[in-house]
Amino acid sequence: MSGIWSDTARRLKSSPLALAAAGFIVAVALVSIVGPLVDSNRFDTLDWSNIAVAPGAQHGHWLGTDRLGRDLFVRTLDGTRISLLIGLIATSVSLVVGVAYGAVAGFAGGNIDRWMMRVVEILSGLPLVFFVILLTVMFGRGVLLLLISIGSIGWLTMARIVRGQTLSIRRREFIEAAIAGGASSGRIIFKHVIPNVIGPVIVYATLTVPQMILFESFLSFLGLGIQEPHASLGTLIADGAAEMEAAPWILLTPGVLLAVLLLSFNIFGDCLRDALDTEEH
Amino acid sequence: MAPVLATPALEIEGLNVDFLRGTRATAAVRDVSLSVALGECLAIVGESGSGKSQIFLAVMDLLAGNARASGSVRFFGHELLSAPRSALDAVRGSKLTMVFQDPLSALTPHLKIGVQMAEVLVRHRGQSWREAEAAALAMLSRVRISEPERRLRQYPHELSGGMRQRVLIGMSLLCEPDLLIADEPTTALDVTVQAQVLELLRSMRLESRMGIVLISHDFGLVAGLADRIIVLYAGRIVESASAAQLFARPRHPYTAALMQCAPALTGIHQERMPTLPGQPPDPGIRVDGCAFAPRCSNATARCRLDRPMLQSIGAGAQLACHHPMPA
Amino acid sequence: MNEPLLRVKNLRVEFSSSRGLLAPEAFAAIDDVSFDIEAGETLGLVGESGSGKSTLARALLRLIPAMRGEVRWRGRDLLAMGARELRRERRNLQLVFQDPLSSLDPRMRIAEILAEPLRIFEPSLNERERQDRIDRMLERVGLVGSLGDRYPREFSGGQCQRIAIARAMMPGPKILICDEAVSSLDVSIQGQIVNLLHDLQLELGMAILFISHNLGVVRHISHRVLVLYGGRAVEIAPRDRLFAAPAHPYTRALLAAVPALLPLRSSAPVDPLAGEPPRVDEVSKGCVFSSRCAYAAAECLTTRPIPEQISEQHWVACHRWRQLPAPTPPG
Repeated sequence: MSGIWSDTARRLKSSPLALAAAGFIVAVALVSIVGPLVDSNRFDTLDWSNIAVAPGAQHGHWLGTDRLGRDLFVRTLDGTRISLLIGLIATSVSLVVGVAYGAVAGFAGGNIDRWMMRVVEILSGLPLVFFVILLTVMFGRGVLLLLISIGSIGWLTMARIVRGQTLSIRRREFIEAAIAGGASSGRIIFKHVIPNVIGPVIVYATLTVPQMILFESFLSFLGLGIQEPHASLGTLIADGAAEMEAAPWILLTPGVLLAVLLLSFNIFGDCLRDALDTEEH
Repeated sequence: MAPVLATPALEIEGLNVDFLRGTRATAAVRDVSLSVALGECLAIVGESGSGKSQIFLAVMDLLAGNARASGSVRFFGHELLSAPRSALDAVRGSKLTMVFQDPLSALTPHLKIGVQMAEVLVRHRGQSWREAEAAALAMLSRVRISEPERRLRQYPHELSGGMRQRVLIGMSLLCEPDLLIADEPTTALDVTVQAQVLELLRSMRLESRMGIVLISHDFGLVAGLADRIIVLYAGRIVESASAAQLFARPRHPYTAALMQCAPALTGIHQERMPTLPGQPPDPGIRVDGCAFAPRCSNATARCRLDRPMLQSIGAGAQLACHHPMPA
Repeated sequence: MNEPLLRVKNLRVEFSSSRGLLAPEAFAAIDDVSFDIEAGETLGLVGESGSGKSTLARALLRLIPAMRGEVRWRGRDLLAMGARELRRERRNLQLVFQDPLSSLDPRMRIAEILAEPLRIFEPSLNERERQDRIDRMLERVGLVGSLGDRYPREFSGGQCQRIAIARAMMPGPKILICDEAVSSLDVSIQGQIVNLLHDLQLELGMAILFISHNLGVVRHISHRVLVLYGGRAVEIAPRDRLFAAPAHPYTRALLAAVPALLPLRSSAPVDPLAGEPPRVDEVSKGCVFSSRCAYAAAECLTTRPIPEQISEQHWVACHRWRQLPAPTPPG
């Protein structure tokens, strides 16, 4: 299996676009971890003497401050870190659950598949925001709840994709060979099906991360996500939107950062898909 | 059957076909020269990696995107390889046609048979749809398809493999081509259907002065049809002779061995099936000397260093071998 | 009287047709097929498209469900076994597929592919022992060098088929089912694989069910031959008898249709058999071959012929086999 991945890695390394996108993401992630440690301000430090000042070096706030005098550089980095973390964790959860669910459904076929997919269809039909509001009302706000909400949505599409991939793999001769060879269904699913569908799934996962981040941002924008005084890119954008005319920099920094981050993930996902595709055919 | 006219319908000289993968070039066809006259049936025999299909894909300009062909291909004296699109389109599909191995993928799945056939005549001969359909109907009868009127209104997937191949042959005959290239036309078909299609090709030959190129891996198949046979190995011609001569006395060790490998239905039963050791060479790896040497029972040290050139050995035959079988 | 190694009785496999929208019809891809295989023998199974030969192989191994019939293996019916017991028995009945490359998991290294049967059936082996068995098996099938680290796509068709055979041999099967195992290989290397199978049979006393449309190859390797047409068994005979004196009209037509190299025919051969092999979803009441048969009589269209014994181990399902002219050997 690693042979396929090393070839893919080689192909990615030779693509300047993939390198740039990946590099940007990694750089932002690193900076978002290290940056706040370096700066003397914390995300909730209030600087009453510098309320809503524009970016500049003279007052030590490189990206300016917001309406409460909090340093935007630190808040943005903190927010980015939280958003990235949420995106990655939610994607991982949906990946694990979605892959297992989809592979089992696709492989089992027949009624099992039908009912499993029915569950997915019903859950997909539920209005997302309503669901999240419901959970928030029942369990209160918090990062854990946010993760659960987002993750619960994410696995649905992943399961569908994996099931589809599994269905197309199911008829391939090496699966028949494994059955004829006496392998149990469990062994076939984990040793044969999943490694062969994981390619497109990984690509989709890469494209899911930005979706998760965006969804979290959306929830936070609505006030359902990360709560004060913590920040995520979504809450920062929400704050910034309110001050758009008077202090545009409060919106611009997180806004642009989010946009470029999402773009990078999408570009990387596309490059990854191309790199994998050429390999398989 | 001797050629009707001496005009070569197709003349290929020094054809090379390479595939480019990144920086590496793989030689699929090397220095192939041949000619086909009107009324003649030329068989090209080879296995995988021999390049037999690539030669004619190059002639028809149907090579894959990363393939490069060089050399000369002349159709009645007109150069095809470097010709502009329009020149090629004028002859391809009408005067110079090709039938492929898998009839299902050669036919458009969502168009009715009648439409696909008529389209050929409408495009190449400017006939009206009505005339073209009538001609298509006549052709279906000629290729002995049962219930031709019904077939015209059917879709490719509704026909069996044998019928589809007949339709394809029919389509390629609509404009009365001068040359028909059949690439493994019966490989995907059942044995009993294969016999019918071969019979059809045989009768087409008798009815017209069309030239035929028959590409195959099976000597038995070409035995009843071919006037001359060219044997390919690893992209090069290793032997070329009249069919009678080749079957009576194959000179090249590969030709002799390949003929042996065709399993016999009669005669004393042999426990072990005749076979060649090793496998065909990897086209991506260049070898010094004769490409067949590693598998050849006649091979000597000379064969591994010095590639034998294709030479004329009289009576229109050619051979590329240092240690041929006895004459 | 010894029980044969494998006894197939009245096997029937149905598929449902997509034609009827409201009431999907069921048609038989395999209908009432029976035969035996003795230990150490090779039974050749020949047929064209629509004969159901691949369906038969898969139904025998329960890769697809059979509607009726028995597959008696060492006294027990494979079709009636529980799933777990069936999985255990699979080590004795292995399958080699037509396309060697697609029958090997493209994401697994050769060593892993070959280790899998051992992990399943002999889990007590340690790493060293497993590796030893793998190396010996690779050598046995004629693959030299340290190939374990490579992937299937790095090998040629013939080599992949050797790997597939090695994989099938790992659990030590008593019977090997080869479904068009050499059909996608070059003519000049088909013999390598056929000879390998032959050697393995001699060495290990293994039985082989060799399914192929290529009569010449079947002739080399088989002791007896079963001919299928339209999902039904039409003739079964010892090899030499089948090829020298075929009794069923279809067998005769099939043998006559194979282009023979020698003697070289300069004129047109026997009139080829008209019509096409039956499409899988065509149902026939009488003899399944009657629509194409030159000797068909009234009863052929209405009544299915019952297999009759002609001579030792030679059976034919034909109403009119006695009235046919004496067979002329092909060529």
